[in-house]
Amino acid sequence: MRSRAPTSLLALVAALLAAPASGAGPVAKGEPAPAAPASARAEKAGGAPAEELVQAEKPPFTEGIFPCTQCHQGPGDAKRRELAFHDDVQSAFDHDSEHRWCLDCHMNANRDVLHLANGDAVPFTESYRLCGQCHGDKYRDWRVGVHGKRVGMWNGQKTYYLCVNCHNPHSPRFKPLKPEPRPMRPEEMKR
Amino acid sequence: MGFVRFLKGCARLVTQGGKAYWAWIAALSVAIGIGTAGYARQFSVGLIATNMRDQITWAFYIGNFTFLVGVAAAAVLLVIPAYVYHWKPIKEVVVLGELLAISAITMCLLFVLVDMGRPDRFLHIVPGLGSPNWPRSLLSWDALVLNVYLAVNLVVAVHVLYSLFMRREYSRKIFVPLVLFSIPLAVGIHTVTAFLYNGMAARPYWNASILAPRFIASAFCSGPAVLLILFQVLRKATGLDIKDEAIWKVAELMAYAMFFNLFLLGAELFKEYYSHTEHLLYTRYYWQGIGGHRALVPFAWASLACSLVAFLLFLIPRTRTNWVTLNLGCILIWAGVYIEKGMGLVVPGMTPDTLGEIYEYTPTSTEWMVATGVFGVGFLVFTVLVKIAVPIMSGAFHVEARPAEGAAAQTLTR
Amino acid sequence: MTPPNGRLTVLNGEEEAGTGHSRRAFLQMALGGAAVAALGACGAEDLLRRHLHELSPEDVQALLARLEKKYSARYGKKVTVAATPALPGVEFAYGLDLSRCIGCRRCVYACVRENNPSRRNPQIQWIRVLEMDKEHGVDLQHANPYYEADLVPRPGHFYMPVQCQQCRNPPCVKVCPVKATWKEPDGIVVIDSEWCIGCRCCMAACPYGARKFNWAEPDLPAAEMNPVTHYLGNRPRPRGVVEKCTFCIQRSRVGRYPACVEICPVGARKFGNLLDPQSEIRRVMETKRVFVFKEDLATEPHFYYFYAT
Repeated sequence: MRSRAPTSLLALVAALLAAPASGAGPVAKGEPAPAAPASARAEKAGGAPAEELVQAEKPPFTEGIFPCTQCHQGPGDAKRRELAFHDDVQSAFDHDSEHRWCLDCHMNANRDVLHLANGDAVPFTESYRLCGQCHGDKYRDWRVGVHGKRVGMWNGQKTYYLCVNCHNPHSPRFKPLKPEPRPMRPEEMKR
Repeated sequence: MGFVRFLKGCARLVTQGGKAYWAWIAALSVAIGIGTAGYARQFSVGLIATNMRDQITWAFYIGNFTFLVGVAAAAVLLVIPAYVYHWKPIKEVVVLGELLAISAITMCLLFVLVDMGRPDRFLHIVPGLGSPNWPRSLLSWDALVLNVYLAVNLVVAVHVLYSLFMRREYSRKIFVPLVLFSIPLAVGIHTVTAFLYNGMAARPYWNASILAPRFIASAFCSGPAVLLILFQVLRKATGLDIKDEAIWKVAELMAYAMFFNLFLLGAELFKEYYSHTEHLLYTRYYWQGIGGHRALVPFAWASLACSLVAFLLFLIPRTRTNWVTLNLGCILIWAGVYIEKGMGLVVPGMTPDTLGEIYEYTPTSTEWMVATGVFGVGFLVFTVLVKIAVPIMSGAFHVEARPAEGAAAQTLTR
Repeated sequence: MTPPNGRLTVLNGEEEAGTGHSRRAFLQMALGGAAVAALGACGAEDLLRRHLHELSPEDVQALLARLEKKYSARYGKKVTVAATPALPGVEFAYGLDLSRCIGCRRCVYACVRENNPSRRNPQIQWIRVLEMDKEHGVDLQHANPYYEADLVPRPGHFYMPVQCQQCRNPPCVKVCPVKATWKEPDGIVVIDSEWCIGCRCCMAACPYGARKFNWAEPDLPAAEMNPVTHYLGNRPRPRGVVEKCTFCIQRSRVGRYPACVEICPVGARKFGNLLDPQSEIRRVMETKRVFVFKEDLATEPHFYYFYAT
């Protein structure tokens, strides 16, 4: 497997930061893709052509909730407790809720970012780095497009999805869906 | 010119006959009318008028086709004793077998045509105009060999009859090679049809080496049954001299073919039931049903019963030479093989389908109507050909006959 | 989207598009041209049409133009019929993650919206989702495509969608009596619905039940018709011909993912160029437990089932 994982990750991050605006939506059809930084191109092994720049969907914030610093200025009470606001999120929270609560992912000092286990800040647009700490195999698969969904061009520009675009980080397990109608049986088709 | 007189004479022969003849023609015309009405409906709404669906894409029409290819091939059962063993009693009636082959092939081609989704595109399979997929597609081979077989039989029959009409010897140079060629060709048409099924790995019921031998055996044991009945009718109705031994010998050969057919059936059943793999499912559907799906089961056992009884009737000399039991045997053998090789081959091959689904197929009224029409056409063709051939064979219809004399001689008592 | 030089360069195995310039083809063209001109007046030129591989590029363009005109008139919108050839250096492959599929059937209906099949009598769906029991595993005897539920996945069940496997050794291509179906260089097995005679031999030969038949005049409402079509793909089919999944040839040949890949809400579908080491499908092949359906039949599909977890 790829031993240069951290370097390519940086390349991906660099590429994302080079995007027109953080939290930009999928590239509209016909718009040229922003140029990949030289580091991303050089990164590719054995002279293979650089992968087209991929664009992410926005993190799925609730309307008006971001930036969090609208309400949270500076560090707050770090003790685990029941919340008044955000109680809707907390009551649905089942992501290893026995051992963790909000501030294990959300940075206490700056609520506009998340944090890794070692305390490094991670913007919401890179929340996958946080998920990847525990879900390494999924993360590695996601980075190469094997896990999760991609739309767009198989030989060009793709839109990938953040983990949180599909998995609610507070209750990540996929909820069952209502299936589309069953096919008609052969005996039901008549003229 | 001789040929013009021949054609005129043929026309006269066909348009003259007794009450029974016209009643038969009327019945066939009704059948053809029914078929036309059925096909009109099918042509207007499409094949959805049948009960075929994606799960069972071949059924009644192709089942009939398969059975009739066997009938066409079986005409050669007369050729072998006649020309390979030079057995005179049969030699005289070989041409009737060829006429049966012509009628059967006509029905085969019609059944294929009514089964096609786009009959208007049949030219696509013609070499030069279309793009037949040789050598890989068995269906394109089948189209070729069936038409060649039809042509060979037409050439031989017309040549023999016309020569008899002209009171001259038929050309051995044309006749004998073609007739001998028709033996491997007859085996060929039925083997190609068998290979068509046999080659489909997707259908384990068909994907068995035993299919081709079984097809030949069941063809030889059933096809000539029509001829046996026809011979008896012709002996009574016309002056045609067909010896008892000819009829009995054919029945005896059919008995041996049926034995082989039953043996192969036994071999198939052993393989499926003893090995007991998932492929048993198709055989089980036919003989026992699966769950509540038992539509074919009564027919499976009826077919076996008919075949066994017919086998015994033809095997035992006393019942073979008794006209009642002989004719009963003929009917039973046709019924038995018709089921076994028609719906009994095609439908279980596709039930369950490739994704394990069971869709129970039974023909719609449209399919029955169209099949009736096709059989009507086939029997009409056969009737017309025999009506012309018999007076030629008996010597009543020939080039030197005076018109009046000819007319008298040509009018049959029936 | 027609390529700049407008030539249809569908290749058939080792045949080059230029084989048509043999003496025989020239004669056919010359004679055919006269007949075509004569019949063109009464709109019956299709009767004497030759196989697609024997048509000159001009004939193909004329054919496409005729079809575009016909479909645009019938469906009341501007319909395009492309003849995009296979991209060089591309061999498509598909991956289906059985550990992820929840049987929601959104792929089935995305395909229906994209590919213009008949909606009812007959209802044609190129993808069939089989519900299986975990108890029996991949066992067709206990597979059920007609499952209905309020929510999927149902406990104790898993789901296996089946569509054309685009075999490398396709039995359907072998048996077609008129060469109406063939394998393209990028691996897609295509059908020319102007040439198919509707004998359904290919349907009998297909081990995956992937091919569907237009048992009647297709019922395709104009409002639901997708006007961006490919000649060998999603253009509306006439009655009496066979059709099937083409890996969304109208999309994949211009670089887009097939509709089923894009709609899957759980990311169970992977698609790309097997010859590209960076493609998702290549990575699947190299790192996941992959199997093919009915492997014993040696059809060697381009469609791979795998378990990502």
